[in-house]
Amino acid sequence: MSVIAEISRWAIPLMLCIIPLAAYWRKVPVYESFVAGAEDGFKTGVRILPYLIGMLVSVRVFVDSGALELLARALYPVFHWFGWRQDFTSLIPLAVMRPLSGSGALGVAAQLIEQYGPDSLIGRIASTLQGSTDTTFFVLTVYFGSVGVRKYRYAMKVGLLADLVGLIASIWIVTQVFY
Amino acid sequence: MVNLIWLIMLVSGIVVAAATGKIDSVTQSAMKAAELGVQIALQLIGVMSLWLGLMRLAEEAGLVRALARVSAPLIRKIFPSLPPDSPALGAIILNISANVLGLGNAATPFGLKAMQELQKLNPDPERATPAMCTFLAVNTACITLIPATIIGVRMKMQSQNPTEIIGTTIFATGCAMTVAILVDAFFRRRRHT
Repeated sequence: MSVIAEISRWAIPLMLCIIPLAAYWRKVPVYESFVAGAEDGFKTGVRILPYLIGMLVSVRVFVDSGALELLARALYPVFHWFGWRQDFTSLIPLAVMRPLSGSGALGVAAQLIEQYGPDSLIGRIASTLQGSTDTTFFVLTVYFGSVGVRKYRYAMKVGLLADLVGLIASIWIVTQVFY
Repeated sequence: MVNLIWLIMLVSGIVVAAATGKIDSVTQSAMKAAELGVQIALQLIGVMSLWLGLMRLAEEAGLVRALARVSAPLIRKIFPSLPPDSPALGAIILNISANVLGLGNAATPFGLKAMQELQKLNPDPERATPAMCTFLAVNTACITLIPATIIGVRMKMQSQNPTEIIGTTIFATGCAMTVAILVDAFFRRRRHT
């Protein structure tokens, strides 16, 4: 495990060193090429700005107003239908938040871990859930937005389905491994 | 679909806030979120410029093409519609590698670059191509070897074993990713016929 952690730690410094050296060796004007590539960073950042703001405003209003909690409560029966334990319902706000907002989900996960303890059943599931799957909504709107694609076709369905599978798999594997 | 979800989140939020007497919070939340959007975009511009500059060097040195060639057998199976020499392949691989290593702020620039390359192959610029859908399916359910942020949270809360969730996380993400790739392939074939 520490091997992987070391790789993560060294990956960026090594890339910053090896890539320019390799480019120099291939007779690329390193500094000028770097600057020419970096120029695109600004354009892309400006292009995704409206998509970021649009999404953040809607998600924020939804969460801060308490509408997310209402939705979570409405989903209780679904959890019973799966035959999951009563206290698993405390995971619903996290499960709903996960595809919408990365920082928001982290906040909910941290609160769950604090409330139940990191080594409790809920704490472990919350950790697993937070670590798996990405903020589907965000990635889709920003990535598609950055190139001006308006028709997402089936991409949203696939992403949300993957999130649901991530939730079920998280609950299943944690109960199997630790209990 | 995204239009509807966006509208429902916004309107239901406002209705709930009004019903619970918290209508002031809507104004504050909306303004704050808009400001936050600019902050995130500005930060992203810095990181993105750094990585895109580096990626240009890697491209001109022929490293991206070499990387694409090495991983072509697997990637081509997942993205059958991409020409084998497409520059999108290199960006896709860099994005997935960054995701796997947990380098979140490097993953986004490579991902956006991959989208730009995929868009160049798109006959209808307003409509997502199958390759784009596959890329985003892989991207949103990508395995991370070290979920560093949540391990940090567990450490802070005095977990006996903060890293014990690495295995379960990889398993859960693996399930999500497998389903994402399979369902995406299913939709892709269905639209073809």
